[in-house]
Amino acid sequence: MLKEKYDVIVIGAGPAGLAAAIEAKKTGAQEVLVIERAQELGGILQQCIHNGFGLQIFKKDLPGPAYAQRFIDELAGLHIDTLLDAMVLNVTSERRVYATSRWSGFVELDTRALVLAMGCRERTRAQIALPGTRPAGVYTAGTAQRFVNIEGFMPGKRFVILGSGDIGMIMARRLTFEGAKVERVLEIMPFLTGLTRNYVQCLLDYDIPLQLHHTVKRIIGNDRVEAIESVQIDEQRQPIPGTEETIPCDTLLLSVGLIPENELSRKAGVSLDPVTAGPFVDEKMQTSVPGIFAAGNVVHVYDLVDWVTQAGLLCGRNAAQYAIAERKHHGRRVKMKAGDNVRYVVPHVLDKESLAESAQLLQMRVTLPIEEPVWVEVMNGEERVTRKAELYVRPGEMVNIDIPQSAYDAVQRASELSVRVVRR
Amino acid sequence: MADKNYDVIIIGAGVVGSMVARFLSRYKLDVLLIEKDSDIGMGASSANTAIIHAGYDPKPGTLKAEMNVVGNQMFDQLAGELNFTFERRGDYVVAIGPEEFAKLESLRQQGLENGVPGMVILNGADVRRREPNINPEVSGALWATTGGICDPFGVVIAAAENAVVNGVTLMTDTAFQDFIMDGKHIVGIKTNRGDFSSRWVVNSAGLYSDVVMHKAGLRPEFKITPRKGEYYVFDKAEITINNVLFPVPSATSKGILVTTTVHGNTIIGPNALEIDDKEDRSITREGLDEIWQGAINLVPSLSLRYSIAEFAGLRPGGNAPCENPDVKYNKDFIIEIPKQVEGLVNLGGIESPGLSSSPAIAVRVVELLKGAGEKLEEKSEWNPIRRARPRFRDMLPTEQKLLIENDPSYGRIICRCENVTEGEIVAEIHAPIPARTYDAIKRRTWLGTGRCQGGFDTPRVVEILARELGVSPLEISKKGKGSEFLVRPTKDEEAE
Ligand SMILES: Cc1cc2nc3c(=O)[nH]c(=O)nc-3n(C[C@H](O)[C@H](O)[C@H](O)COP(=O)(O)OP(=O)(O)OC[C@H]3O[C@@H](n4cnc5c(N)ncnc54)[C@H](O)[C@@H]3O)c2cc1C
Ligand SMILES: Cc1cc2nc3c(=O)[nH]c(=O)nc-3n(C[C@H](O)[C@H](O)[C@H](O)COP(=O)(O)OP(=O)(O)OC[C@H]3O[C@@H](n4cnc5c(N)ncnc54)[C@H](O)[C@@H]3O)c2cc1C
Repeated sequence: MLKEKYDVIVIGAGPAGLAAAIEAKKTGAQEVLVIERAQELGGILQQCIHNGFGLQIFKKDLPGPAYAQRFIDELAGLHIDTLLDAMVLNVTSERRVYATSRWSGFVELDTRALVLAMGCRERTRAQIALPGTRPAGVYTAGTAQRFVNIEGFMPGKRFVILGSGDIGMIMARRLTFEGAKVERVLEIMPFLTGLTRNYVQCLLDYDIPLQLHHTVKRIIGNDRVEAIESVQIDEQRQPIPGTEETIPCDTLLLSVGLIPENELSRKAGVSLDPVTAGPFVDEKMQTSVPGIFAAGNVVHVYDLVDWVTQAGLLCGRNAAQYAIAERKHHGRRVKMKAGDNVRYVVPHVLDKESLAESAQLLQMRVTLPIEEPVWVEVMNGEERVTRKAELYVRPGEMVNIDIPQSAYDAVQRASELSVRVVRR
Repeated sequence: MADKNYDVIIIGAGVVGSMVARFLSRYKLDVLLIEKDSDIGMGASSANTAIIHAGYDPKPGTLKAEMNVVGNQMFDQLAGELNFTFERRGDYVVAIGPEEFAKLESLRQQGLENGVPGMVILNGADVRRREPNINPEVSGALWATTGGICDPFGVVIAAAENAVVNGVTLMTDTAFQDFIMDGKHIVGIKTNRGDFSSRWVVNSAGLYSDVVMHKAGLRPEFKITPRKGEYYVFDKAEITINNVLFPVPSATSKGILVTTTVHGNTIIGPNALEIDDKEDRSITREGLDEIWQGAINLVPSLSLRYSIAEFAGLRPGGNAPCENPDVKYNKDFIIEIPKQVEGLVNLGGIESPGLSSSPAIAVRVVELLKGAGEKLEEKSEWNPIRRARPRFRDMLPTEQKLLIENDPSYGRIICRCENVTEGEIVAEIHAPIPARTYDAIKRRTWLGTGRCQGGFDTPRVVEILARELGVSPLEISKKGKGSEFLVRPTKDEEAE
């Protein structure tokens, strides 16, 4: 069962979100909820079935799902709520979260602290404005990885991979292992953009050629990719005429970069750094909006999952501390309500501790004139906190009343105070 | 020949053929609409600027001018009846510098001659106030209040669906090959799916309208030359130009626009490049550079960093002289019942403003048939209304809540950028004109058109299509046979 209000809500159940939720709970947050749009916890790790995760934190070389499982197991023992197969559609700067799923329907939830851990998405063919036709058979490496590792289908037989990022190289090996032919990896830069270990283990060991300073000039084929035309690039990133080569293939995989996924952050009014495309954060991983924190690939793109986990832990601890402070602070505040013949009262909210320092002035206007002596009374339910006599009240004339320091104890008992004007 | 005798066969289910089918569905006729592709609306109607032109552009006296102005006026009622998205938000022809400003008045005069109402010339300050992102050197604009934008696939689908619900038969994957003649009478057509007999045939084959009419021995000199137009689409979170901005037109083209879609994305384009290949919708480096240069002349603050898609369309440009010999123009629409053969309604060269003109063309086809002696009795049960299906992202939270309560599959988001739900996808797969490919669903729901370009939704849509159609995921394609997404199961799957 979902609660209406949480101490900490985490959006995204990748390594960042899982670590944040776990650490928030351990730090003392009471109600913690993780919302994830996939059907299971773990984020992108669930499709990364290769080894290479956890060398820093666990001193072990784990596959992605095994790394994630350690956190999923820990989370399960901590009474943390989860809402899976659910998309967060909107978030406000007041930390109201709107989400929808088949199971929960459309839900609105409030939280004292919010953790953004939505990860990132892949750059697409369109973002690098790749010329040519628009057939089936052009996939981002991550989408192809999902098809192969989660859905159990091969998206092609003969591949060319554009970009020497880690996901592309890992996929080159995976596809080769599945019996496909990877013709080539093309990289526009003069250097490898992924990890050297991946170059050795995924390309060299399988005799997959890597061509630096090369890119795709155009895609050929109307229904399905039939070939791509590659071209060499000079130091100014301009194609060198005469170096074109047609490489027959049925699939082009793109491993051309990741972009933090911050559409929700933007809706919440979080300021974004144009360089990282992620939120500006302080040392607590708090964004420009108080109470909204962020961790993982949503902030900047990581190469190693261990650092993501660390960022998630830090973020979760601070989010919990923020929520705990909010709770305490919240208990100290009383709402001011307009009672009989009072239109409004300013201030709207009063910190109970303020009376320890001085009397507090309330100002208000009445709704109707009363041309005879009246009491202006501040009430806690039926208990009178203080009162003041006036000869008359009129809507055109503001009414003032002090809550004296002597009322400190009476105010401590209240969660709400109302002000009314009654005939004497 | 098949036992069934049709009254009318329409060749080609683009916006023109679909609109003709919809207007003919009102009458007691057996109508067959055939389309060579796997879905309707995959030709010229699938990639255009989506503008319902006011009508100041075409040369006075031409069919283009007449159809455009009449068609434009029909769109409010049509959008109301067929429930596609249409917004009459006006358009602007923007003059940069003093010389261009002088041309606005002649454009306005041309509009008046064509019968376009509601045109106003604005000064530079007015334009800057209405579109703060405009080139600061703007000297003024022609504001055409009747210009509009629409969902161009929505128009095709709504018209064809309304036709089908009113009794028209639609056959996709069915290509016209030749006419069956009896003397000079057309009595039927040959297709890849067999022969069909009919008293009338409508040629609305778009890019192939020349090929079709040549088969009947008509207008041998008429030739469609595809003219390619390319576009960039921008992320709506980053760039919002809320107006339809044309440059001052040149002798050959309306120029590169900066405009907005009904879905809120800014788009720029199109260029105009004549090519030979009727299937070449590839995008080119040169074309993209050209539209970029044109666009930043209108709105210098655009940034390519926020481009999320590029695409290209082919205008079915013809070389038909204007019917009126006094008007010197040789790229007019053909809308005729030719004398040389009997039983053909011949349409050709329906390039821009073909989308805007399509309802007027359909009405003209009805009139031509009446003129040729067809009685065209109205069906009492004809229903002009086509209901819209729920669109989750356009609803208020309270409406979304209710929708999900009634059908939980509307609570599962499949397209993360455009917030398209499983419920919407399933509804399109089982609609009167079923969506059976990824692109068919994309055209109907706008799924996969956002910043991740289907990266997230593709595996999920493949799964839903396979489940709903009761076939293997291996059979699911992007746009019909030959464009399947997957080639075989992985080794683990095979082993199981
Ligand atoms: C393909 C790939 C291979 C990698 N290989 C290695 C490796 O070999 N070794 C290594 O150390 N690191 C590797 N990494 C890096 C590391 O795994 C990632 O940096 C890490 O997974 C990022 O964690 P995250 O929690 O920030 O994001 P993610 O794991 O992406 O999790 C984000 C989660 O948020 C959810 N979400 C997003 N938006 C919403 C929303 N609106 N509503 C609900 N849920 C939402 C997503 O579904 C996702 O589950 C790899 C990364 C990738 C992408
Ligand atoms: C870049 C561009 C921008 C444009 N901008 C606008 C605009 O803003 N406003 C506007 O009003 N207009 C615009 N247009 C014009 C408009 O898109 C076209 O005029 C209109 O779509 C033509 O519709 P159609 O039905 O005649 O052609 P199509 O949509 O091409 O339909 C013809 C159909 O016939 C089918 N067909 C062909 N041969 C056969 C056969 N042998 N058997 C069976 N079926 C066959 C085809 O597959 C196709 O589906 C633009 C066009 C382009 C290309």
